[in-house]
Amino acid sequence: MTATKLRIKSTFEELATGNRAALITFITAGDPNMETSMQIMDALPDAGADLIELGMPFTDPMADGPIIQLSSQRALRSGHNTHRTLEMVKKFRRKNQHTPIILMGYFNPIYTYGISDFCHDASTAGVDGLIVVDLPPEEDEQLRKPAKTSDIDFIRLTTPTSDTKRLPRLVTNASGFIYHVSVAGITGAQTAKQNSLKKSLSQIRKHTDLPIAVGFGIKTPKDVMNISKMADAAVVGSAIVQKIADGSDSSHMVEDVIGFVRSLSNAVQTGRLDQ
Amino acid sequence: MDALNSYKNFPNSDGHFGIYGGRFVAETLMPVILEVEKSYGEAKSDPVFRNQLDYYLNHYVGRPSPLYFAERLTEDLGGAKIYFKRDELNHTGAHKINNTIGQILLARRMGKKRIIAETGAGQHGVATATVCARFDLPCVIYMGETDMTRQAPNVFRMKLLGAEIVPVKSGSGTLKDAMNEALRDWVTNVEDTYYIIGTVAGPHPFPAMVRDFQSVIGREVREQIIEAEGRLPDSLVACIGGGSNAMGLFYEFLDDKSVQINAVEAAGKGLNTTSHAASLSAGTPGILHGNRTYLLQTDDGQIKEAHSISAGLDYPGIGPEHAWLRDMGRVNYVSATDNEALEAFQWCSKLEGIIPALEPAHALAYVRDYAPDLPSDHILVMNMCGRGDKDIFSVAEHLGKIL
Repeated sequence: MTATKLRIKSTFEELATGNRAALITFITAGDPNMETSMQIMDALPDAGADLIELGMPFTDPMADGPIIQLSSQRALRSGHNTHRTLEMVKKFRRKNQHTPIILMGYFNPIYTYGISDFCHDASTAGVDGLIVVDLPPEEDEQLRKPAKTSDIDFIRLTTPTSDTKRLPRLVTNASGFIYHVSVAGITGAQTAKQNSLKKSLSQIRKHTDLPIAVGFGIKTPKDVMNISKMADAAVVGSAIVQKIADGSDSSHMVEDVIGFVRSLSNAVQTGRLDQ
Repeated sequence: MDALNSYKNFPNSDGHFGIYGGRFVAETLMPVILEVEKSYGEAKSDPVFRNQLDYYLNHYVGRPSPLYFAERLTEDLGGAKIYFKRDELNHTGAHKINNTIGQILLARRMGKKRIIAETGAGQHGVATATVCARFDLPCVIYMGETDMTRQAPNVFRMKLLGAEIVPVKSGSGTLKDAMNEALRDWVTNVEDTYYIIGTVAGPHPFPAMVRDFQSVIGREVREQIIEAEGRLPDSLVACIGGGSNAMGLFYEFLDDKSVQINAVEAAGKGLNTTSHAASLSAGTPGILHGNRTYLLQTDDGQIKEAHSISAGLDYPGIGPEHAWLRDMGRVNYVSATDNEALEAFQWCSKLEGIIPALEPAHALAYVRDYAPDLPSDHILVMNMCGRGDKDIFSVAEHLGKIL
């Protein structure tokens, strides 16, 4: 099981050696259906995704904007559920042993699945990390500890409201990497202002040695390039999910999505060249 | 009863009622939630705040509300002696304003510049828009599209009061979706905005704080019933959607073992159908809107859409304190269907000259069923938590179909 634990760590170490940031791509599992979603997921590493965030659909995603809300609805309408999400991870791992997979979602589907069963099954399927949006440190012990036992990183979030008083609590017991939510808001929101983001990142850096990924409001190759100069990883979610929504009737959809991811990847490849 | 054995010492410092409650929110909101908790803790023990609150409850809301002996209903049923706590006589027509007045005073104390709220039946929206008008704060109300149709009079009232109403299209377009959207607003505008949650749900400290503000209902009932009857009531009845009017009535009596307590959920088209809102009778524990509680959900943990004729009860969850009281066996949770509520609505209107809101019509339906078998010296207090003016159009529509 230590093999899983190493994927996130070694990915970031490798990239640091090559002096480049990671590209983390988010898709919602089962969007628009399991077969298409699986095709996209399988193609992400070759297109340049260094880590994959796989969203677990939920009916009431209160931290998500309309784009990801709709992707959850499409997935659920196609009959998707948590078991199928883990099934997708299992299938992915048959072909790919190195790309880290982080499940991202809300606590209720995990709680209903049964916390220890979920951690066990997720770990066996090949999941490396968990981001649970509605589980702040005050409540996360119930999942963080079983996840650790199953060798899954529990990834903590920092936000623009995380002040110096709050930060130590957030980074204690964090593992894998820190996910910095760059704007106060929901996914697909405005892009953060460069200066305030830089300030937040240097603040967080003082409290932890873990890699820092930046997400929320990162939509274009240019955004990714900017982030790649400041942080260890850039997360793109809504912009990719929107491509899936736009092309859901078209036979070229998977190619379009993958083409977009490739353009994001070029941005992280070249992001630090001028530094 | 000593402190250790009291039902009234919950939640604990982490906001938990047993396994229920808690703070299941996005990290962005944690600092503000901790700030609300701290500010509320300070305000609660500040005599200046207490006096201010009492002043507005008396002179603006119109408290205390009367405790009324419903003589004709009592005669008609031929059993228990039925009293109504007349919270429908409050300014704005429901118990909701007890809470909004408390929270807006807190928001002002915290220096917040903008108020948001969710609403189902529109009563909490109206009560929020009202106090925002009174205290000159901009107000944004999230309301499901379905609810906007069936509660049109309240939509107009909120607009008159100067609030901005944002229609929520996602999901079933009801209270649950309005609450999601209000949380999304709060997470985006967390710097200057205060979210006045309308029921005893949401992340800690809201369930406890809203209960505290509503518990004036039960404190008055204790005094009033002792004055009227020289003793405590034998039973209490209230309807529950999120559960705030019920907690308001019950909290004062939780440690009085002789007082039997009943809460009535909305059974919609029947508990044996998929169209109801009875999360305690037919739900399972889960996490939604900041707390762990009983929810209507699938075995994959997806939240189901609730149904009730009453927009105010149309919610797939329930306040966490009710979840805990259910498990402890302190409160008896029962239910009434849409049709039973409609019958009780007309029955009370004709016999007492009081048009109840569809929400307490559910409590009335239970009283109708329960009171006849009780002895004539049994004293029952029901919370008449809202008046039915807002419901007359939707009731007319339903009756048109039935008749």
